[in-house]
Amino acid sequence: MNPPHSTEVVRALVVAQLRLELRTFESLPAMCLFAVTTFVLFHFGLNVDRVSSDLASGVLWVTLLLAALLGINRIYVADAEQGGFDAFLLSPAQRPTLFVAKTMVLLAYMAVVEVVALPAFAILLLEPSLWNALPGLLGALALGNLGVAIIGALVGALAVRTQARDLLGPLVSLPLLVPVLIGVAGWTAPLLHYPQALAVAGRWPLVLALYDGIFGLIAFALFDFLLED
Amino acid sequence: MLAACGHLATGRPDERPDGARHHPIAPAALRVNALSLRALTRRYGERTALADVTLELAEGLTLAVLGPNGAGKSTLLRVLATLLRPHGGEVEVFGNRLPAGGAEVRGRLGLLAHEPMLYRELSARENLRLQAALHGIGAERIEALLASVSLERRGDEPLRTLSRGLIQRAAVCRVLLHDPDLLLLDEPYANLDPAARRVLEPLIGRESGKTRVVVSHDPASAKEDSDLVLGLARGRPAFLIAAGELDDTALSQLYG
Amino acid sequence: MYGKGLRPLSLLTAASVALTLAAVFFWAPNDAYLGFLQKIFYLHVPLAIVTLCGFVAAGLMAVAHLRTRDPRWDVRSYVAIHISLIFGVVVLISGSIWARGAWGHWWVWNEPTLVSFLLVMLLYATYQPLRFAIEDPERQSRYASVFAITAGAFVPINFAIVRLSPAFVHPRTLSNISGNLPGRMQAVFYLALATAALLWVTLWRFEMTAKHVAAQLRRLRKLLGEETDDAPVRRSAAPSLTGVGSIS
Repeated sequence: MNPPHSTEVVRALVVAQLRLELRTFESLPAMCLFAVTTFVLFHFGLNVDRVSSDLASGVLWVTLLLAALLGINRIYVADAEQGGFDAFLLSPAQRPTLFVAKTMVLLAYMAVVEVVALPAFAILLLEPSLWNALPGLLGALALGNLGVAIIGALVGALAVRTQARDLLGPLVSLPLLVPVLIGVAGWTAPLLHYPQALAVAGRWPLVLALYDGIFGLIAFALFDFLLED
Repeated sequence: MLAACGHLATGRPDERPDGARHHPIAPAALRVNALSLRALTRRYGERTALADVTLELAEGLTLAVLGPNGAGKSTLLRVLATLLRPHGGEVEVFGNRLPAGGAEVRGRLGLLAHEPMLYRELSARENLRLQAALHGIGAERIEALLASVSLERRGDEPLRTLSRGLIQRAAVCRVLLHDPDLLLLDEPYANLDPAARRVLEPLIGRESGKTRVVVSHDPASAKEDSDLVLGLARGRPAFLIAAGELDDTALSQLYG
Repeated sequence: MYGKGLRPLSLLTAASVALTLAAVFFWAPNDAYLGFLQKIFYLHVPLAIVTLCGFVAAGLMAVAHLRTRDPRWDVRSYVAIHISLIFGVVVLISGSIWARGAWGHWWVWNEPTLVSFLLVMLLYATYQPLRFAIEDPERQSRYASVFAITAGAFVPINFAIVRLSPAFVHPRTLSNISGNLPGRMQAVFYLALATAALLWVTLWRFEMTAKHVAAQLRRLRKLLGEETDDAPVRRSAAPSLTGVGSIS
């Protein structure tokens, strides 16, 4: 019997998860709505009508981070409650493929949330034009989302099989995500400067790429220990 | 058949029955052991879930596991399924020592547990397609399997709309999809009506010809459905006998 | 057997602490700007360094645990994190006092090491709740090790990244001070560092010994029949050594 091809396994896992989400809409609508509501909270909390530079990038990324936390717990719930882990563990598929699949699912979730959240942000709070800043933003989004997805896929697996899964997920993820926040916020702040975007410091993309790379490897290596019993 | 099992039942492979009692179909020496357990131990913290379980099971035979609740029956199945690693002793499945050899063996076994291990929001076909991808096999067998359990018409409905009996049939399809050589069945017919049982029996019962380990609460069906019976009480083997020898004295060791 | 060398170690540590205190109060010169308050630096920085090394060491012990599956490594890792957390609280409090004295606020955000330290503490504060939330002791140990390794890797990376953050383009005091210490101050600093390290190791060994003794006691009790395997086990975040080792 031939061992299954890893890309095929990852594809099947991602498709199954996305299909589940499309059938139940358990996570994505909540995450998007949460993001928009959080912008409103920031408006009232900070008492500002328009934000730019540091404030803008901070509000945007903290909101996206908090929305991501909602998703991190959800991606493993179906597996934990319906025996999905067992079904996967019983198959000859390589264990890390599940980690890769969950990371890709989180990336997809973040992309969807951002499609909703960025226009909302532009409409509700942002001072400079989002459109002009978008090309630079996309790079920050890509690396930032990757960091969130990697940490999320690891911590989600850690938290889901504990008693306090809804609390531990966010609690453990947040400190680990602060460097990602520092990186993307630092990267985006000059892009959202008003009236004119400033040059981006060259180190942030490198910092984020390194962080994603290092924790990607660590998570990949440790994931197996979370699945077995 | 029972005579050959007799030597297996004692768990001492060096004891051979005399030539006149050898099984007429295959000499015992040529039989490959599907399972070989020696002093298997599995702990849960400071408690022992399984202790000192020793047995050998040849290919094509059925082992029934009896015992009261909490005796460790499901734990034993999960160890054999490579879901739990042994804490002591040795476990070999088809000659592969666990847990190191787990990857080799996974494609050859199938576990039917209390939960179906299927996503409720997906249909039977979608679940089976995912399973096929996980096992690296094509989707060709899916239709035939669904037909054999009479699920082909409802194969596209989400599982949560199906009755428990139908979900169990879908679970059986999941187990059989990759054509495993070893079936691990945890009370397969519990809460099923006789009609459902009749449908599933040719696939996962004795006629399937596969090596089976069946956990059961029903001594009567264990007696007629299996070759070897292991009685577990609080994780320890109470007896290991040929199915024909299962009687009340043996059962009293388990259930008091 | 387990407490071997504990007494000489404790005596050495006590002597070192006494010597360091004497040096700090009577030998080290007073700082020109901060005066007496600066002496808290000899408490704060050495403890901080030792705490972080402790966390990284716990991560390495966790690697050993996952590779060998020996539960003793998990206990060592747990105790290391435990001791480091306690030290860490002292670091934060002393850092806060220093900030108040130096800059008038109980907390400052422009001191990168202090901020990084806070993040690390926030992460490790989740260690105990994580362990407590897992009932199966073997899984608890395994998950805790995964956490300890991830967090241990996070410590140095986090420090590097926080340093890079724009707010710290002009880092103040701490890095300057530890870099440009005049002779006597430097000597006292290294003495304090050695003492902090000794203190950490002594406390670690103390707790390890206590755990070994408690486990041995339980084993003996079980042997005497005072406790059985079926006794309800209280849920605990702490790993146990009872399953390891033997009556000897």
